[in-house]
Amino acid sequence: MNSARRRIADPTLVGLAMALSLFGIAMVYSAGQTDVPTVVAKLYRTQIAWFILGLGAAYAVSRASVRFLDWLTTPAYAVSIVLLFLLLFIGAGAGTAASTKSWLAIGGVRLGQPSELAKIAVILMLARILASRKVAPRSLMDLWQPALAVAIPWVLIMRQPDLGTGIVFVGIFFAMLFWAGASWQLLVLVASPVVSLILAFSTGLWGAWFLVLIALVLWYRPYLVEGVAVVLANVVTGVVAPVLWDQLNPYQQKRLLVFLDPTTDPQASGYHVIQSQVAIGSGGWLGKGFTLGSQKRLAFLPAQHTDFIFPVVGEELGFIGVTIALSLFLFLLLRSVRIAARSADPFPSLVAFGLASAWFVHILVNVGMTLNLMPITGIPLPFFSYGGSFMLVCWIAVGMLVRISGEGRGPSDMLVI
Amino acid sequence: MSFHPNEMQRRARLASALLFLAFVFLVGSFFRTQVLQHAQYVLQSEENRLREVPLPAPRGVIYDRHGQIIAENLPGYSVSLLAPGVDSLRAALRRLAGTIPMSPEQINQAIRRFRRAPNRPAVIFPDASFDVVSVLEEHRVEFPGLIIQSAPKRYYPDGPAMAAFIGYTGEVNEAELGSANFKGYKAGQQVGKDGLERQYEHLLRGREGTRFVEVDARGRVVREAGARQDLLPEAAPPLYTNIDLDLQKFVVALFGDSLIGGIVAMEPNTGAVLALHSAPTFDPNRFIGGIPADYWRALNEDSRRPLYNKAIKGAYAPGSIWKLATAVMAIQAGVVSLDDQMPVACTGGYQYGNRRFKCWEKKGHGQVNLAQAIEVSCDVYFYQLGLKIGLSRLVAGGVELGARERSGIDLPSETRSSFPSTPATDYYNRRFGARGWSNAVSLNLAIGQGENAQTVVNMARFYTALATDGQAAQPRIVRGEAQRERMFQLNDEQMDGVKKALAGVVQRGTAAASQIRGVMLAGKTGTAQNAHDPLRDHAWFVGFAPANDAKIVVAVMLEFGGHGTRAARIASKIIEHYLGVQTTQVINTEGE
Repeated sequence: MNSARRRIADPTLVGLAMALSLFGIAMVYSAGQTDVPTVVAKLYRTQIAWFILGLGAAYAVSRASVRFLDWLTTPAYAVSIVLLFLLLFIGAGAGTAASTKSWLAIGGVRLGQPSELAKIAVILMLARILASRKVAPRSLMDLWQPALAVAIPWVLIMRQPDLGTGIVFVGIFFAMLFWAGASWQLLVLVASPVVSLILAFSTGLWGAWFLVLIALVLWYRPYLVEGVAVVLANVVTGVVAPVLWDQLNPYQQKRLLVFLDPTTDPQASGYHVIQSQVAIGSGGWLGKGFTLGSQKRLAFLPAQHTDFIFPVVGEELGFIGVTIALSLFLFLLLRSVRIAARSADPFPSLVAFGLASAWFVHILVNVGMTLNLMPITGIPLPFFSYGGSFMLVCWIAVGMLVRISGEGRGPSDMLVI
Repeated sequence: MSFHPNEMQRRARLASALLFLAFVFLVGSFFRTQVLQHAQYVLQSEENRLREVPLPAPRGVIYDRHGQIIAENLPGYSVSLLAPGVDSLRAALRRLAGTIPMSPEQINQAIRRFRRAPNRPAVIFPDASFDVVSVLEEHRVEFPGLIIQSAPKRYYPDGPAMAAFIGYTGEVNEAELGSANFKGYKAGQQVGKDGLERQYEHLLRGREGTRFVEVDARGRVVREAGARQDLLPEAAPPLYTNIDLDLQKFVVALFGDSLIGGIVAMEPNTGAVLALHSAPTFDPNRFIGGIPADYWRALNEDSRRPLYNKAIKGAYAPGSIWKLATAVMAIQAGVVSLDDQMPVACTGGYQYGNRRFKCWEKKGHGQVNLAQAIEVSCDVYFYQLGLKIGLSRLVAGGVELGARERSGIDLPSETRSSFPSTPATDYYNRRFGARGWSNAVSLNLAIGQGENAQTVVNMARFYTALATDGQAAQPRIVRGEAQRERMFQLNDEQMDGVKKALAGVVQRGTAAASQIRGVMLAGKTGTAQNAHDPLRDHAWFVGFAPANDAKIVVAVMLEFGGHGTRAARIASKIIEHYLGVQTTQVINTEGE
């Protein structure tokens, strides 16, 4: 059999991930090329090391059967929760999020962000819970288990606080519910309190939303108790929203306000977004040339090797470069969805879709943030942003997808690697 | 049924479609930002990285009438700092103060300059010495925002000789920046502060150039050249004046440091100002780039008031030089002719009502006609002439002769001469109350005392009318078309008579000691009482020569100078020098 002799089970996926990683490393290198050299100048070497390590990890993971992943779910989830809990006491800050406690450090050496591990653990746990049901979730009661599985790490992460990763968890949750076959009406009902939370600041909008919700409840006809619970939850969140707002950290409030209008605070909070847009916008069709972006070179871009690496692409490689990068991401995600769709078993299928959705939220929020389409939440861009543990986790995800892809094609393809 | 392959395919298609839409949305957003709004962001990115460093333009060189330099530019250095904000500027200045001694005032001033124009480099030393520049060059690496560049510095080769009209340059101040006259000026620029520099600022300023330096986000200069093509400054064209530098220097030397007063010399036909001086003088070169505090204090504490321009700012009672105004208006109105005598002969005084008005000559002049009265400056004659003209005509006539006007010389802040306004009774009622004055004011007015204060330059202007045909020339320092204005209308015979009478003053009358051999000098002395010091009068002389075809009019006023004859001797020396007669010729022949 031809496919059995291939060294890589899914060359398309791996090829896309390789292309993105090399593109990313080139951009990390460029991000270090500033007129006044900083420590960033040599970070691309570290990134290459992590990339190689990531390749090894992906290979190792791809050797592990899906059943092993299933077996790993509970311990991985437990370890993640314990680490996240410990972080609240021993967590360290770093970089743009110096005031948060998202890093696990021993003796001042930062080992990594446990929330990266938690993402995979939660995806595995959700996949297991949703796969164990033979029918699609139909009522809110059907959702308590998956909801709890996400809520525990989510609360711990929001306590760090790390709004960005929290958003990723919410995205994973809804995406996997969708993949498990939950109807869109149910998803809307679940999401409705959050919508109320946001719309609560405008009485008129909130009132309109409330009418829509009532209509949806009458149409979808959930259990009476659940219908009442959803409506009540909306009322409660609508009322407590201003209270919650007051409890947000000033920097979080500021970030959300600046998202609405960056020019309100051009020197401080709005600075990142404005400079990022200037970098991207001044790139034009073809960009200023690799390593030649003046915004980047003169250090106007904040966090240009991590959260704001995409503006470097925009400035130096222009619209063409941006389109190539985004296309690579799109193909990666489409390929992942295809793997999920072709998988015979629910568990690996859900895992594959969960991993794809995690990437998607990262890409959408990170890239959207550079154009002020999303609030600044400080989550990295997969394969691009400098950061060891994230690169590693991304490649572990690639390894898992390769394995799922291989197993998904049936018994004959199982021993491909 | 949720994981049936058909279901999965359906969801996969939906998910793929959503993904595709999301990426189309992102790509569309990038298209809008990078392609549609490209120009706007390019501009912002350039603004981000480029800082404009102004390159001051050399001011126009000012020449005298023979092409000698009055004002020029010397190479100098200015030191400034680029800073992204006040805090970092303050920090940089503090570090700078460790290398170069700086007073807290200098630091504050630099911060003030920065606040006014945060996009421009804050000037720290507008005129840095070579020592400062070389020390800073040595420590350049420590101060990444430091900009040292050449800046032309104004210089007046004969500084103290020019002080009365040249003015000086200095940094444009807050008030000026707010005024419409200085629209388009930016903080830190040098502007003309007084005199010609101020008057002709629009011609002298030139066009400032710009050097672009590239800075990083912290305001550190990372590239000084090649960031963008520099815009070179454009020097202003030269300014040609009517000043005769040789005469000006002669005048200044003549006044020396002992005389106090003002002098204006001009061509009667064109109004060209040949020399203008106020003594004692000061050195405007020391005003460039900030007046040293001790020098400023010394000038202000000097009781001779060197900063008070006695040629155009000081207004003094004209005394007897005003008698020509009285005479001209009387002749023009047909009240008298030059040969007419007055009813009462001069016996050293004149009784009017219960008061006796003295003549300066206690012995009296006897019976004189108008021409003789001018020669000997007989007060008694003019008392009676004043009464004969009548107060209202006396005032209206004075106003006609420009006694309430500025001469219109092309210098800023000329004082307007003061004189009663018409109708005269209203003026005096307002001034002293309806019963507070009598017709006796006419007597004072007629001899140039009373409510009459004239600037030296305004008297020079009046005498250009006497020296010519009744048309006065507007004094002009900068070359330009002559502006003449008719002041009075006398026929040729009358005009000749007046000039002869004025020549008689020098030949036989009060200024007989000031004759010039070979040239007929005409003029009138004045000895004006003043309220400040009753014992020391102001000495005046305004004259012209040659009497029948005047080439030069000179007005001299010596503050507290005593008798007008002293002023006449000064004026005659100036005229003698200018016309190049006697002295130079005599010396030449003796030398051969």
